[in-house]
Amino acid sequence: MSNEKKPVVPHDLFPWKPAKEAGKAPAKKLVVAHAPFWHDGGKISTKNYHIMLAALPAVLMGISQYGAPALGVIAFAMACAMISELVWNLVLGKSISIGDGSAAVTGLMLGMLMPATAPWWVVLLGTFIAIVVGKQIFGGIGFNPLNPPLLALAMLVISFRGIFDFNEALRHYDLGFVMTYPLADLKAFGPAAIEKFSLGDLFMGRQAGAIGSTFGLGLIVGGVYLMLRGYVRWEISLSFLAGVFITALLFNLSDSAKYAGPLFHLFTGYTLIAAFFVVPEDSSSPANFIPMLLFGALAGLMTVLIRNIGAYVDGVPFSILLMNLANPLLDKIRPKAIGKVVENA
Amino acid sequence: MIKRSFLGLVAPKLQYNLAPDPVQDLPVPNTVTLLLRGAQNGAGVTAFKVGEAVKTGQRLASSPDSSEYVISSVTGSISAMAPYVDSYGRKFTAITIQTGGQDEWDAGFSKGPTLDTALKFLEYAPGNPSFKAFADPEKTIRTIVVNGMDQDLLLTANQYVVQNEASDVKSGVEALKKITGVDRVLMAVPENLVQQASTTGAEVKTVRDTYPEGLPHMIMKDVVGQVVSADDTLADAGAVFVSAEAVAAIGAAFNAGQPPVTKVLTVVAKDGSTRNVRARIGTPLGDVLKACNVAVNDRDRLILGGPMRGAASYSEDLPVEPGTDGIVVQDDADSAQTTDYPCINCGECVRICPVRIPVNMLVRFLEARLYEDAAAMYDLDCCVECGLCSYVCVSRIPIFQYIKLGKYELSLIETAEAANE
Repeated sequence: MSNEKKPVVPHDLFPWKPAKEAGKAPAKKLVVAHAPFWHDGGKISTKNYHIMLAALPAVLMGISQYGAPALGVIAFAMACAMISELVWNLVLGKSISIGDGSAAVTGLMLGMLMPATAPWWVVLLGTFIAIVVGKQIFGGIGFNPLNPPLLALAMLVISFRGIFDFNEALRHYDLGFVMTYPLADLKAFGPAAIEKFSLGDLFMGRQAGAIGSTFGLGLIVGGVYLMLRGYVRWEISLSFLAGVFITALLFNLSDSAKYAGPLFHLFTGYTLIAAFFVVPEDSSSPANFIPMLLFGALAGLMTVLIRNIGAYVDGVPFSILLMNLANPLLDKIRPKAIGKVVENA
Repeated sequence: MIKRSFLGLVAPKLQYNLAPDPVQDLPVPNTVTLLLRGAQNGAGVTAFKVGEAVKTGQRLASSPDSSEYVISSVTGSISAMAPYVDSYGRKFTAITIQTGGQDEWDAGFSKGPTLDTALKFLEYAPGNPSFKAFADPEKTIRTIVVNGMDQDLLLTANQYVVQNEASDVKSGVEALKKITGVDRVLMAVPENLVQQASTTGAEVKTVRDTYPEGLPHMIMKDVVGQVVSADDTLADAGAVFVSAEAVAAIGAAFNAGQPPVTKVLTVVAKDGSTRNVRARIGTPLGDVLKACNVAVNDRDRLILGGPMRGAASYSEDLPVEPGTDGIVVQDDADSAQTTDYPCINCGECVRICPVRIPVNMLVRFLEARLYEDAAAMYDLDCCVECGLCSYVCVSRIPIFQYIKLGKYELSLIETAEAANE
């Protein structure tokens, strides 16, 4: 502000103008900036609002199924995430960043990954982990090496197994379809136990599970929207789905009495929400073409490995977190820049 | 301004303006200011002084054997000499000439096309053609590329010349061949100008009409079929780029026996309307804008060049220089605002970069001022300076500015190292 008090003397700027003349007319104050002077109009907040918009079908389905508790979890998660970020900004004296929508998306994602019966303190703890431990202590948006909502989910699943055991968590609900968690049935009783689930039911969200991750159609519609608009990288989403599909297919072909088919794996658990909303999270995934394909495909492979031969019912949180760690290494696979001189030692 | 398309999946396509507007000749201004490189503060300028009369076409250099010079574009007398430092810290002497009466042409320019005449008079021609590479015994120039494309969006000065002054371009091509002894003269034009270009006697090649295909490095790669390595200049790779306007000016100069003193430039008003004008080199920007009825207000941007690669100027008193291809006036509300947000690694820049630089990593190193690492590991030197990374950046990081700053700082380091040796 102090600049404005001191008038700019035109003569200093244009020494070739005679002092008399320069002093007379006040010079126009033009804004100087660096090229380019055009921008395509993209913004972080726009991007995040579109992600929230795309998540709406799946979220609304969850709320319509589980009612007020689901709405409560989603709203509380978003509010907590934004407040955590605000408090962190204030405590550290950083500029306020909740307007960019990134904290809201993190909260929404975490809410969508939780059962409707999650108690308030789990939601609070989860969003705190996601925002502060997952994102802010690394430096905030753009610096998180791991996907914040998934990191929080993984820590919660390990710490409070009962709350994330969907069979137990949703035992009081009867929504008119099979109310056991498909992946838990598969893990406990093998493929024979999952014949009671029809693929159509699974696809239309008629399955037990987390609030925002059961409605396959809604997630696919949202995901396709985001991919077409360029807000998520289709390479990662599609290669993740392909990784899940192919790995599950190979397992299924090797022993169909022991391993479920690929479509079952696609439409259950966290697969679809992970593919479109979680894996392509910007900061924790690669940006080059081949690394994106590898990243997605390997995350899909790990997911099915954990589901089929690992200890956990759903492998999504752990497989993606593992791949997040490999991301910096993967992203080193890149094309040679045009004109780059390669020095041979 | 071209915004992001609804389908963000496909990369944005920025098309050059391919319809040159007719050229309006501007009257001779009351004063012209010529920026003479080097010799700041008039110190060392011994060849002329304030009050001295100059003729149109007269060569003004700080001393007779100096290789830096300007060509007076009017007849009159020198009214002021003052130091001027541009935004890259280069030092100039600003020579202001008060116009007086009719043009009287200086007789210094000889009609016979020789390299010596070109070096002494034509490097101040519009488009700043450089003949130094031809005089350098260490460089072998095999190809001259006449660039009929404009170097930025919206601008059409070069295309206008190809379209309407093909005969001048033809004599320019002949003169260039004679001066330099180079046989292979290519001409890069957009598809709609192939017919006019084919009358000039140069070997015509078409350039795609999407930005940044008209930039010299892109033409070398896609049209000439030779990738210029990051360590080399274009001249090291055996090619010299001359804009079509410069070639036409050279041709006209040798035909008439008078060095070029005018520049065609595209003026873009705030509403995006374009028009072409021909002004004397050194005309104050304000005079050009006044003649075009383009008003400039406080907080506007006055861009010399085009919207992607131009430089915003702080004053209407700055002159039209031989390299000024356009003036864009941009309203404060329309201008791109940068932020201090960090890179979120979305990869838009990586996908749009025409030379496949990992911009997401590069910008991290540049922000941390690790310029040498940025050049060694993340291809800073390969950048062709198109500005598309900043254009698509969702965090609105001034990436292009960081890149230019990085290159500038590296050049300072290199100069210092060379001085120590």
